[in-house]
Amino acid sequence: MNLSLIKKHADYTPTTNACKMCTPLGASLVFKGISNAVPLLHGSQGCSTYIRRYIISHFKEPVDIASTNFSEEAAVFGGGVNLNRALDNLLKQYDPDMIGIATTCLSETIGDNVAGFLKSYREKRKDELLPEIIHVSTPSYRGTHMDGFQGAVQAVVQGLSQSVPETVLSHKVNIFPGMVSPADIRHLKDILEAFGITYALLPDYSDRLDGALWSEYQRIQKGGTNVDRIKHMNNAVASIEFGRILEGARSSAGKYLKEQFGVACYSPGLPIGVRETDSFFSALQDISGNPVPYKFRSQRERLIDSFVDGHKYVSGVRAVVYGEEDLVVGIVSLLREIGIIPVLCASGGKSGLMKEIIESMVPEHQSLGIHVKGNVDFMDIEQQVADISPDILIGNSKGYRLSRRIGKPLVRIGFPVHDRIGGGRINHLGYQGAQELFDRIVNTLIEKGQDQSEIGYSYI
Amino acid sequence: MSTIHILEERQRQIYQKGKQPFDMICDKVSIAGSVSQRACVFCGSRVVLYPIADALHLVHGPIGCAAYTWDIRGALSSGPQLHRLSFSTDLTETDVIFGGETKLYKALTQLIDEHNPKAAFVYSTCIVGLIGDDVTSVCKKVAKEKGIPVLPVHSEGFKGTKKDGYKAACDALFELIGKGPVDHISPYSINILGEFNIGGEAWIIRDYYERMGIEVVSVMTGDGRVDDAGKSHGAKLNVVQCSGSMTHLALAMEKKYKIPFIRVSYFGIEDMAQALYDTAAHFKENPAIMKNTRELVREEISGMYPQLKKYRTDLEGKKAAIYVGGAFKAFSLIKALKHLGMTTVLVGSQTGSKDDYEILRQMCDEGTVIVDDANPVELSKYLIEKDADLFIGGVKERPIAYKLGVGFCDHNHERKIPLAGFVGMLNFAKEVHATVTSPVWQLTPRRERSY
Repeated sequence: MNLSLIKKHADYTPTTNACKMCTPLGASLVFKGISNAVPLLHGSQGCSTYIRRYIISHFKEPVDIASTNFSEEAAVFGGGVNLNRALDNLLKQYDPDMIGIATTCLSETIGDNVAGFLKSYREKRKDELLPEIIHVSTPSYRGTHMDGFQGAVQAVVQGLSQSVPETVLSHKVNIFPGMVSPADIRHLKDILEAFGITYALLPDYSDRLDGALWSEYQRIQKGGTNVDRIKHMNNAVASIEFGRILEGARSSAGKYLKEQFGVACYSPGLPIGVRETDSFFSALQDISGNPVPYKFRSQRERLIDSFVDGHKYVSGVRAVVYGEEDLVVGIVSLLREIGIIPVLCASGGKSGLMKEIIESMVPEHQSLGIHVKGNVDFMDIEQQVADISPDILIGNSKGYRLSRRIGKPLVRIGFPVHDRIGGGRINHLGYQGAQELFDRIVNTLIEKGQDQSEIGYSYI
Repeated sequence: MSTIHILEERQRQIYQKGKQPFDMICDKVSIAGSVSQRACVFCGSRVVLYPIADALHLVHGPIGCAAYTWDIRGALSSGPQLHRLSFSTDLTETDVIFGGETKLYKALTQLIDEHNPKAAFVYSTCIVGLIGDDVTSVCKKVAKEKGIPVLPVHSEGFKGTKKDGYKAACDALFELIGKGPVDHISPYSINILGEFNIGGEAWIIRDYYERMGIEVVSVMTGDGRVDDAGKSHGAKLNVVQCSGSMTHLALAMEKKYKIPFIRVSYFGIEDMAQALYDTAAHFKENPAIMKNTRELVREEISGMYPQLKKYRTDLEGKKAAIYVGGAFKAFSLIKALKHLGMTTVLVGSQTGSKDDYEILRQMCDEGTVIVDDANPVELSKYLIEKDADLFIGGVKERPIAYKLGVGFCDHNHERKIPLAGFVGMLNFAKEVHATVTSPVWQLTPRRERSY
């Protein structure tokens, strides 16, 4: 079957091999990144099971996501009873600090008033000590997993941050990294600590989705952003939230804290590559008044040294980059620095902002023949690829099919990576992440050349 | 260690042999707030029909259900690979408000024009009924226009359990049957039902039957083809594996086409041999078939037995836990594990019936825990308490086992290795051996203390 022969027309309707996931998946990831929190999907059992399976296959970690397990009755009479029962059972079984509720297309379509259900749930139990219960509206017919992710971050901040006075728990910076890997989160924490900046990082699933073996059963995996820290976000000097697409969004956690509590908001792009990382570090210098620690200056120097060592292998190479819009923008920034032409930048996201952002990053986009496409599926990507003959693909493992078909290598980044181990350990951010990405990209190209060489040379 | 709490409402779905009178309940919807290992109606339908490789599988709904079922099974096809693509109407807010029928019609006709499938299945997801789409009439219209069967699969996620999804799939499949020619079908012929060709298993089983002198008219649905299903009513016997999913179809075929059926399992030495003998016994008017079967079984077993014994030496006395979709698979696994010298300390299923659990009770030793519709908390509790060395389950169970430092064998749909047939038993032994005897466990918290 040759998909590239199929020509799509304006009225073309179906989605084939989606380049996105549904909103509740993103919200579930956020809730996994909060200490002693349990995600609860308000809808059918399958949503929770499929999303668990999808996330587990990437992180290779246990992922408990509870479900309110809608029946036909609930769909007719509303899911209030199920939601109440689910909350009761979660309290009993998990004793959590927070329950994060994400709706699904089912509960949204029948018009469940979750906020109302929660109000009466709290009223009925006003003498009990209840955990925080946060609700985010995530019908899967609205937006992608990334919208669910950012929506949940914002819902958590809005739900928990109050005008609390400064206490010992107060911190200097709120950091909202977006949907990055556990390894990235660990690196960000190293950076902040090296700068001597106290912080609240949300969500922090670095331990819960890339943790150690257990010596005893853990009802809820250890790790995650402390709920009390989130409550203190109003006291921070500044928030940093990554993502140029997010910057252009109408609302976000950082924007909310700025409007509500006057917390300054920095919105650099995802710190991928030298320049975007520089912007991030300069924000940290601003906030802390401290210079960039030696460790990271030297990482930067070594990175640029390696760029020189490897530049000939990548110069003029044509790449297809796909994934979440902010990730694509970040990768394009790195590729620009090393001379790779991102001939196709594609995402299932549809903020409508990606094209303009990338085209302004790459002023000569027209002469380079760069295509930027939002709201695409893998069939669109496959079709486009037929005309642009790329040398390499950079994106999640769902592009493997295409990679195999056109015989071009795939450098796996982002989420999901379902066909390798170590998805959670991929570094993307900072000079360290750029180093790993650069080495992998260069070596992938060298390996391809070596494998295709007639003599199989043994040095480069 | 903190004690692990079992919810009151769950207690009667767990039974420990010898400790209490047997009074298990099952067939219940999962309680709200649990992290069930079960899926939904849609999942049940999707797994059954998925391997039909020359049909179009269109998921009507928002993107999630299609995205999460894209190329997720190891169900192989010897020809077309259409089943490995993920098609969705990708409903958006406007569709939810104004209805999705127009979008469905367009998507269906466009996809049929592009891919020329032999048939199309349209899966309804949760919201389809709620927004008032009449999927059946759209399917009828398109079937008429395009001249292929276009079958609605009524698989709204919340309308029952995974079992209801199996039923909806069988109902759709039944519509395909009776359409093809049956003139040249042998009097010694069968349909293989409930075999999904994971890692090529249907090919192994088909080969056995053919060597016995039996014609395999269709496999439903492994390496499945629409035309094969179409002439399946010409077979003389339905041989049903994974009876939880396919008995409904076998019963319907028995009623309409007078085709009897038998239940079998292809996992493990005894059950595999028994499946072939039972099938041969059905055709006793041709004694050559039984003779061939005896030879085949002898040949296959003598080929693999010496190797199996080697594995057994290392595995003797190890303890296994089993959690699978249907209870029938659990029966076979307990027997297969016995061949490896292993005992079963925990066994459960997502969808077993009371009778199934009674059989399990009889098969197991004192102290074995039996669970229906378990969750990660319960599974962990018993893995620890029973000190299991091996956990057999699917992708959702794997990280539970690994976190606790327990070996794991994937017996679900994602695996790439055939575990059915005699050769499959050897693969199974090899896989169990590879995980149980790995030196990595010595470094895990659970075992490190003893070193």
